[in-house]
Amino acid sequence: MSDTTATLENLRFPEQELPEHVAGTRAFGWWGMVWLIATEATLFAALIASYFYLRFQYGTVWPPGDIAIPTLQLPIVMSVILLSSSIPVHFAESAIKKGKVGGLKLGLAIGFILGVAFLAITFGIEWPEKLGEFTPRTNVYGSLFYTILGFHAAHVIVGLAMNLWAQVRAWKGAFDRDRHLTIQNFTMYWHFVDVVWVFVFSTIYLSPHL
Amino acid sequence: MATIAQRLDAIWGEKPGLLSFIGTVDHKRIGMRYFYTGMLFFVFGGIEALIMRTQLAEARLHLVDPETYNQLFSMHGITMMFLFAMPVLSGFGNYFVPLMIGARDMAFPRLNAFGYWVFLAGGLFMYSAFLVGHAPDDGWFNYLPLGDSTFSPGLNIDYYALGLIFLGISTTGGAINFIVTIFKGRAPGMTLNRIPIFVWGELAMAFQIVFALPMLTLACVMLVLQRKFGFHFFDAAAGGDPLLWQHLFWIFGHPEVYIVVLPAFGIASAIIPTHSRRPMIGYTFIVLAELGTALIGFGVWVHHMFATGLPQMTMAFISAASFMVAIPSGVQVFAWLATMVAGKIRLNTPMLYIIGFITTFVIGGVTGVMFSSIPFDQQTHDSMFVVAHLHYVLFGGAVFPMLAAIHHWGPKMTGRMLSERLGKISFWLVFVGFNLNMFPLHILGILGQPRRTYTYERGLGWDIHNLISTVGAFMLGVGVLVVIWNWYRSKSRGAEAGPDPWGGETLEWATSSPPPHYNFVTVPTVRSKEPVWDQPDLRDGQAPEDGGYALDSGHTTLSTSLLDAQPQAVVHMPHETPWPFYLTVCLSVLFFGLLVDAYAVAAAAAIASAASIMGWFWPRGETQET
Amino acid sequence: MLWISTGVFVVVVAMLVRAVLRGRRTNDDLDKRTIGWGEPFIAIAGVLVPVLILGGVYLFSLGQMNALSTVGAEAKMKIDVIGHDWWWEVRYPNGAITANEIHIPVGEVVRLNLTTADVIHSFWVPELQVKQDQIPGHDNSLWISADEPGRYRGQCAEFCGLQHANMVVTVVAEDRDAYDTWVAAEARPASTVASDGADIFMSSSCAGCHAIRGTEATGQLGPDLTHVASRTTIAGVLDNTPTNLARFVADPQTVKPGVTMPPTELSPEEVDAVVQYLESLR
Ligand code: HEA
Ligand code: HEA
Ligand code: HEC
Ligand code: CUA
Ligand SMILES: [Cu+2]
Repeated sequence: MSDTTATLENLRFPEQELPEHVAGTRAFGWWGMVWLIATEATLFAALIASYFYLRFQYGTVWPPGDIAIPTLQLPIVMSVILLSSSIPVHFAESAIKKGKVGGLKLGLAIGFILGVAFLAITFGIEWPEKLGEFTPRTNVYGSLFYTILGFHAAHVIVGLAMNLWAQVRAWKGAFDRDRHLTIQNFTMYWHFVDVVWVFVFSTIYLSPHL
Repeated sequence: MATIAQRLDAIWGEKPGLLSFIGTVDHKRIGMRYFYTGMLFFVFGGIEALIMRTQLAEARLHLVDPETYNQLFSMHGITMMFLFAMPVLSGFGNYFVPLMIGARDMAFPRLNAFGYWVFLAGGLFMYSAFLVGHAPDDGWFNYLPLGDSTFSPGLNIDYYALGLIFLGISTTGGAINFIVTIFKGRAPGMTLNRIPIFVWGELAMAFQIVFALPMLTLACVMLVLQRKFGFHFFDAAAGGDPLLWQHLFWIFGHPEVYIVVLPAFGIASAIIPTHSRRPMIGYTFIVLAELGTALIGFGVWVHHMFATGLPQMTMAFISAASFMVAIPSGVQVFAWLATMVAGKIRLNTPMLYIIGFITTFVIGGVTGVMFSSIPFDQQTHDSMFVVAHLHYVLFGGAVFPMLAAIHHWGPKMTGRMLSERLGKISFWLVFVGFNLNMFPLHILGILGQPRRTYTYERGLGWDIHNLISTVGAFMLGVGVLVVIWNWYRSKSRGAEAGPDPWGGETLEWATSSPPPHYNFVTVPTVRSKEPVWDQPDLRDGQAPEDGGYALDSGHTTLSTSLLDAQPQAVVHMPHETPWPFYLTVCLSVLFFGLLVDAYAVAAAAAIASAASIMGWFWPRGETQET
Repeated sequence: MLWISTGVFVVVVAMLVRAVLRGRRTNDDLDKRTIGWGEPFIAIAGVLVPVLILGGVYLFSLGQMNALSTVGAEAKMKIDVIGHDWWWEVRYPNGAITANEIHIPVGEVVRLNLTTADVIHSFWVPELQVKQDQIPGHDNSLWISADEPGRYRGQCAEFCGLQHANMVVTVVAEDRDAYDTWVAAEARPASTVASDGADIFMSSSCAGCHAIRGTEATGQLGPDLTHVASRTTIAGVLDNTPTNLARFVADPQTVKPGVTMPPTELSPEEVDAVVQYLESLR
């Protein structure tokens, strides 16, 4: 016990056998992302629950007023684009796990482009069209419609920012077989954004058809 | 050639100066700041309460006008919940969780620093509302449509909604930090069934925050959209529903009250074994009860809405859940009592406060159970009876343990003992004052006095009870002053505490008081639930051959496995950094911009915030994020 | 319920006292023995007994809740009670309209339809019944019944803004005959006698907010004043005397700071005339 206050240069320290760069469940950051996603998922769950609560409080006609039931063609295209973006992102992650930085960069880039395409359709075609029909101020349906989609789009934007960050760091050579926690966290977040889209899509676009 | 302690000092020490002042990431400094700032807000909230009590001392007094009164009780509730109880309990958690689990720091030290700054900024944001005379004035749960722009056109409710969103950032970050720290940062050998109960309490709190706070944040975002941009979520005329607000608020609000009380129960469970001189009886029961409360707590929110005319089935269901939530509390109460009876208690100040806690909390708890019965609640709902209940559980259940903790852990935090004599005086003032203050409100509630009334008619028989309550409040205030005085006195005149003045069982007592920046010379290997009692060699730092980890080659801490705390990795921890502070400044500008509709300013601040986040994560040296 | 609570409290205090006494007489040594009775005790006192007690109380309270709702089903009479900032509008099926005062026949079950014109209010007359909120977009109701004739005071229970503290309602329970006479009288329009006061009332802002049935005053913002003199209170909080009425009309803001009704623009003489007129509205 008095050893600790003495000189210890030649002692063996147990921590010397432990790795210093880890990803996955051994890393603090991974768990941080898991819980961030947990709380964000709760937020979306609450949003969607609010949608159905207000819908069933409202009564039989939904959407109310003379708002038409949303058509599905464009939203299905959007879904395909967004959901497919998970594939290249997944490949990016597996590439860096094998140490392949080239695959990482490529996967991130394709994912980025798909994400941007999704946003372009949302804000370039879908919203202008809908805004011509109703706005958030028209009635509670409009408020819910734009708020839920807007929340999701904001998450896509954050995901794209993380993607860019990862891309830049990849070019600077920050990642390799052992060090890729950032990539892992980004991937997890991006998949989350995609999964949430499935629920958002079902709520906003599918449920009024039922 | 240097000793381990000297090497660690060089690695972990923070140079005094401005950078370290705004940039510190030391969980103990941050914990102290939470504590001091939270106590300051307690005094603010207390002064607001005393003004209210003075106004109510007699029928038809004209000390304050109705608008002021409404701002006072709203800010009192908001302050006490969000700016006092939660931060002070997080502060104790910040200070003691890493110590109790044998870690060098929290898992995310910069997030921790950020959490404090945002809390401070959020508190100042809320209180700046008083400067312009527009503090929130619709109560702490801000029912709509009263809080909508039609009926509250001023900035008052904008302060409320934006302020709570802002504070929510801090709380969420803090909760994630606690969870990861407790999951991954425990000393080797601290398996799940050896985690100190206080740490379980903070963990249960953090779980609740993660799943409850988004409801409040969402409700406030919707409110901002409705007030500022004409959305219709809560607007019955356009298809919305004011009850949606109530549901969202209380799905958050009920867990919120357990968020406040669970760590406080944890404090009780930390103090009782030490001063009863025996291990806690029923450790597993208590841990399950804490987690059980956290879980059932999500299923009872509708008991705040029994008078809104919901379907009877819903109410009957929630009523059952509310009865059920009493059981885990009962388990804990009886476990504490059993431990105290089986042990030999020291009747010192911390223990007195714990006894005060148990008695008052049980009174508050049983009135809570009375509310669970629907007809009883429909009678007493929104009356002074509820005010009595909520103070018995909040002051009794959370503030008494905090006061106990001040006397129990104060010596660890400052290195000096508090005066026992002053401690006992303060206890009796607080205990008697509190009961005089709050007990008569039960009677007033039964007599029919609604809450949130700035005045009342003469001749209803309410005067005397109100007067007693006011006298009690001032007595309580004097008691609080004595506690504050005791604390400051101890810092210069208190006796040296030494590492372990009470003969405690958990790891915080195995290091000096106050602990060094790096907490422990070597991160110990834990072999028992009461490590300091069972492993006497821990006191002076465990040598590496005995299983201690010196971690003296860098600014690092250990990552261990979730269930059995096997060492998995050495994690590099970040150094001091001003970026969390800068980010907070940018966010403050953002929120003020939104408040006054200066959207250009807000947008600029949002860009600056993004830049600060980049500055924060900019790679420099070895850090965990790669 | 009170007894159960007291019982629980007594048990807890007894154990505390025992712990304190035991603590007094021994030393400071650690005691790490495990105690055989410890965990069983927690299981019994902390789980088993509370489950039994709570289960019992729960069933009892469900029974009470049911009893409350079955009585309500008998109600034959319905009254609309509409919450306003910060007064209650009361409408009877026969067209009688009054404010802050509800007359009911003794011993009969009366259903109140509770709605609101602005924010949430909550109807609560503690001696008669539990409370029920009045929420925009929701139609709530509550039954009341008084066994004894008399006046029962009630007060708005949900915080509704500046004058929440003074939003008072009085339920007057009287026997059937008295009630019938009263409700018939209240339904009649005001007897139109020309007077200075009436002219001033009609030509000033008063008529814009208040209705007096049978005259050209049809304002809807404030209480219907057709039979204001027959009420026992003014604005719920003042006794209905000519002096108080004059005081209220001249400056409602000192009686209920924040009410929608503005301080009058009338001269003292005009106020007197108006008050005289209002006093004639029986
Ligand atoms: C720390 C905070 C805290 C805690 C711990 C509690 C605990 C409980 N509360 Fe309370 N409550 C509040 C804070 C808290 N509450 C606040 C702030 C409000 C008002 C909000 C507002 O409107 O502003 C409120 C309001 C409130 C209401 C709504 C009242 C109304 O507005 O109409 C209800 C209704 O059911 C309720 C119930 C309960 C129950 C059943 C418990 C239970 O958890 C209590 C369990 C504990 C015990 C029962 C004591 C120990 C047990 C034993 C010794 C075992 C034996 C016991 C029996 C057999 C009975 N609470
Ligand atoms: C942790 C939570 C907490 C705490 C600790 C307190 C503490 C106190 N509360 Fe509070 N209270 C709430 C949470 C809390 N309250 C909530 C949530 C509400 C509901 C709000 C709403 O309706 O929206 C409420 C509402 C509330 C009301 C009801 C208002 C109304 O409905 O009209 C009242 C009135 O008596 C009151 C009084 C007090 C008093 C006297 C104290 C005392 O314990 C305070 C003691 C502290 C001090 C006194 C300060 C320290 C000392 C000094 C500053 C020195 C100066 C002292 C002297 C000169 C003597 N509180
Ligand atoms: C801007 C609207 C407004 C105007 C103008 C107004 N009143 Fe009122 N009045 C109200 C409201 C609202 C109340 C209910 C106040 C309360 O109790 O909270 C009220 C209450 C009253 C009452 C008490 C009614 C009762 O049932 O207890 C009387 C009497 C009265 N007003 C008379 C007058 C007279 C006379 C004038 C004109 C000099 C006048 N009012 C002008 C809105 C108005
Ligand atoms: Cu109406 Cu309070
Ligand atoms: Cu609750």
